[in-house]
Amino acid sequence: MLTILFDGVAYGMLLFVLGIGLCVTLGLMNFINLAHGAFAMAGGYLTIVLMNRYGISYYWGLPAAFVFSAALGAILERTLYVHLYNKSHLDQTLFSIGLVFMSMAIVDYFMGANQQTINLPPALDGRINVLGASVGIFRIFTIVICGLLTIALQFIIAKTRFGSRLRAAVDDGRVARGLGINVTTIFALTFAFGSGLAGLGGALSIGIISIDPTFPLKYMIYFLIVISVGGTTTITGPFYASLLLGVADVAGKYYVPEIGGFIIYTIMVAVLILRPQGLFTKGATR
Amino acid sequence: MSGSHDKDLQSASARLLKQSHSRWYEWLFWAVALSLFVIFGDFIPGVPTRLMLLTEIVTLALLALSIDLVLGFAGIVTLGQGAYFGLGAYVAALLAKGGAGTFPMSDPVIGLLIAGLVTGVFGFVTSFLVLRGSDLTRLMVTLGVALILSELANQMRWLTGGADGLNGVMPSAVLGIWEFDLWGRVAYLYSLAVLFICFWLSRRIVNSPFGLSLKAIKNNPLRARAIGVPVNARLVAIYTIAAALAGIAGALLAQTTQSASPDMIAFHRSADGLLILVFGGAGYLYGGLIGAAAFRVMQDVIGNITLQYWQFWLGAVLVALVIFVRNGIIGMMVAGWARLRKGDGQ
Repeated sequence: MLTILFDGVAYGMLLFVLGIGLCVTLGLMNFINLAHGAFAMAGGYLTIVLMNRYGISYYWGLPAAFVFSAALGAILERTLYVHLYNKSHLDQTLFSIGLVFMSMAIVDYFMGANQQTINLPPALDGRINVLGASVGIFRIFTIVICGLLTIALQFIIAKTRFGSRLRAAVDDGRVARGLGINVTTIFALTFAFGSGLAGLGGALSIGIISIDPTFPLKYMIYFLIVISVGGTTTITGPFYASLLLGVADVAGKYYVPEIGGFIIYTIMVAVLILRPQGLFTKGATR
Repeated sequence: MSGSHDKDLQSASARLLKQSHSRWYEWLFWAVALSLFVIFGDFIPGVPTRLMLLTEIVTLALLALSIDLVLGFAGIVTLGQGAYFGLGAYVAALLAKGGAGTFPMSDPVIGLLIAGLVTGVFGFVTSFLVLRGSDLTRLMVTLGVALILSELANQMRWLTGGADGLNGVMPSAVLGIWEFDLWGRVAYLYSLAVLFICFWLSRRIVNSPFGLSLKAIKNNPLRARAIGVPVNARLVAIYTIAAALAGIAGALLAQTTQSASPDMIAFHRSADGLLILVFGGAGYLYGGLIGAAAFRVMQDVIGNITLQYWQFWLGAVLVALVIFVRNGIIGMMVAGWARLRKGDGQ
């Protein structure tokens, strides 16, 4: 019971780090980027390659995954995404699905279709007893890292100058522009940072959820659930939503494996119908 | 006042009539589709039989046509049309299998109608879900419905055969006369006939006052409501019709391939359908048809080299299409034609 809760929290935290970039880009630029998972996959595979081919330690693989995915995000944002901001949502959807297909094919071509495994550092492998429940050390590691990241994110957004500009831009991009805030730059930075976080999440997910070329498609729906339940105006909303989803998914798969997937989709549709603006947002919709 | 009103009404109906006249290139299109039967139907020695592929193109075209009705004309972004397609496939397969090749249940035409009816009812029920919310909400709701359905198809093993699907589906002869043959000749002509009928119906629908009101809703829902268009009722109606058409498309695929599998209801069906439509050009009705042919031939050529290449190029084509081209293949043709005529005038 406690083990499941723990696993669920770790999973939820992971989903949060994976998906938060998408929430911000959606809220900021009203841009539907279904290819977000591709950046996560890029980070995950980079870590795998670094570890298995070059023998670099996992601890270095994590920041490398962040930097790599952030760079990838920045490059793609400046070259491709920038053409799409003024297009319709349908165009954005198609474009990002196209990117997903391409990323899946590229990874499949270079790395093969199989699931990739790594040998975790011995310090992270194994299980320990916490409050009478047996818990994987790697999951604690994940929770700690994701927790620290969440706090840092909350701090950046709530306390720094950049954060207040970002919030202004999300609330009303036109007025923010009018006040002299460079929304384009803020968006480019946020996009790169969000992609980097996804990459880091991808590197972390090797140890928790397996990673293979279908990753971006498989987890796309999870990110969408996080957004739909959490809303895009805050980062606490998606955070709670991720935790809820993580625990619900792990518990559902454990207790009622037959209908596990079913429950989540039903909840998503129900939330979208009843509260299209998200479960954890305060009324006002745009 | 009333005189000018009558005049407006007359000119509007004249415009509608003019639009609904068929043009020479439309006849040419269907003639080409029919002639493919002779070319690839194993009548000419040396030319390989490709009727199976052509039949699949026809079913995909019908799926794309149904998406065109909701997306191209009513402006509803959907990623879930595959749900209705798959539902239709399973209904038709179960009927044909249950009848074991005898008249009322295994009859393909009756099967199509029932599949269309069932998916239509399901479409009607789910249509209320897409009335609210933004593009993104609609996208996710339709996707969610499709995922729930495909999960169900996987789980209800006693009914759907689970991951193995339903095999050995044997529909009886079409109209009691034409048995499905080994080369797929009957299958192709049968599917083409169904596509033609559904297409003709869709053409009538979009060129009717009802179709015009849909265009008004697509362009500006708020104004459409202000001039008295019952927006929600119209959207429900077109969504239901499109769902039924998608169900018929799925039923066709199940009958002609004599099987139904979770693959027919999976996410990629919805995505493929949308891609095909965008590929061909949304909002022309013919876009889905041309797109299906282009898509499936491309898939056959590139996919034969390796599967990953196909996925890569599909993605690349999509990205390029969105950035560089408006309205797909037909859009390009229309633009090229306009340029040509402009060149003549100067």
